[in-house]
Amino acid sequence: MKKELKIPLIKNGTVIDHITAGNAVKVLHILGIPISTSSVISVAINVKSKFGKKDIVKVENREIDPQEVDKIALIAPKATINIIRNYNVAKKHKVELPNEIIGIVCCSNPTCVSNANEPVKSRFNVIEKDPPKIKCYYCEREPEDIADRII
Amino acid sequence: MKFNGKDIISIKDFTKNEINYILDYAEDMIPYAKGDKFKNILKGKVLSSLFFEPSTRTRLSFESSMNRLGGRVIGFSDPSGTSQKKGESLSDTIRMADSYSDAIVVRHPHEGAARLAAEFSDVPVLNAGDGAGRHPTQCLLDLFTIREEKKKIKNKKIVLLGDLKYGRTVHSLAYALALYGAKLTLVSPTSLKMPNEVVGECKDLGIEPISTSNLEKAIRDADVLYVTRIQKERFPDAEEYNRVVGSYKVNNELLKSAKEDLIIMHPLPRVTEIDPEVDKTHHALYFKQAFNGLPVRMALLSLVIGGRI
Repeated sequence: MKKELKIPLIKNGTVIDHITAGNAVKVLHILGIPISTSSVISVAINVKSKFGKKDIVKVENREIDPQEVDKIALIAPKATINIIRNYNVAKKHKVELPNEIIGIVCCSNPTCVSNANEPVKSRFNVIEKDPPKIKCYYCEREPEDIADRII
Repeated sequence: MKFNGKDIISIKDFTKNEINYILDYAEDMIPYAKGDKFKNILKGKVLSSLFFEPSTRTRLSFESSMNRLGGRVIGFSDPSGTSQKKGESLSDTIRMADSYSDAIVVRHPHEGAARLAAEFSDVPVLNAGDGAGRHPTQCLLDLFTIREEKKKIKNKKIVLLGDLKYGRTVHSLAYALALYGAKLTLVSPTSLKMPNEVVGECKDLGIEPISTSNLEKAIRDADVLYVTRIQKERFPDAEEYNRVVGSYKVNNELLKSAKEDLIIMHPLPRVTEIDPEVDKTHHALYFKQAFNGLPVRMALLSLVIGGRI
């Protein structure tokens, strides 16, 4: 039986595959989409795959940069990023959290010095990569609601 | 072991060997702390003492330590007389102190403030308490006291009682005691339980703390009872404070079931959690514990600024 694509192929842009099921909308939020783009966005939620369910996001005419990839890894640690050029996969990489997250997540502790009026960016050490667990470099608090804390 | 120029921010920045080294050196400092001996090893050196929050013991013992070793102290104990009142940031205040002194002691209401201060300072920064966060020098003097009294820390049964949620001293202490292999029992009102992060750190070190609300049972075979105050200033709302204040009290009646050689410690100030009648018993060690802040802080200042007795 011929396999049918749920969402169409894109000519140029980025396909974010293997997003943890249910997190596609958060990924869009992290990427600032659709506010920051006029591209066509396709979203598939709860798509069947050999590892269970996953979400897929296709963004036409936009190639995602590494800084944004780091952000995605915080809520979709198994995601893969495919850069599409002329219908072909030009680059493919699996997201991976760096050991340190700087300026991406704000600390959940209201009295953390990183939330005060000081000239520093928020800074977290990554304790576990999958599922992501991070600890504030300044106050050592471990935020549980990482997705809601993305700056 | 090299400590010259090192920041003292969190007890977790130190290995057990380094902690032992500091405690051994603090022991050598005792006659100098008592004024029986005197050496000008920090002559010509200046300490900035920046207290953005109230303090009695920590500030006075740091300042006394510097004076006892022949150094001088500049600073403030009330930020209302400084440019912070005009909106100056902590980082700018630290830059100034860095250019005026050889070391900085800072207490600040924001967690992580000392870590931030160290980023903006070339001279060593010593954390004198950052909000509900860390208080490494208190932790070191607590370890020093237990070691002095009990000769060792490993396998000693230590009960931590009180506000284990907001009490910064117990967070650092629980970690350090686990590092030394002590047996920990945690007693607190339900809403003031030890944060999971701290319990997790103890478990990572191979120590599984026991949590209970039965204080009488907990102290029966305890070697150390470490009591903390419920800190009104840390509560987000007064109602939560009123619900728990006065929920535990250590008095002579309670101590009837304790071991003869139980020692009672408290970082002070105490309010109502230890009845003054306990002060007269041989269990009460909190005033000696407060004195121990002096040799420990003298040792630290000597190590990070330079100059040995």
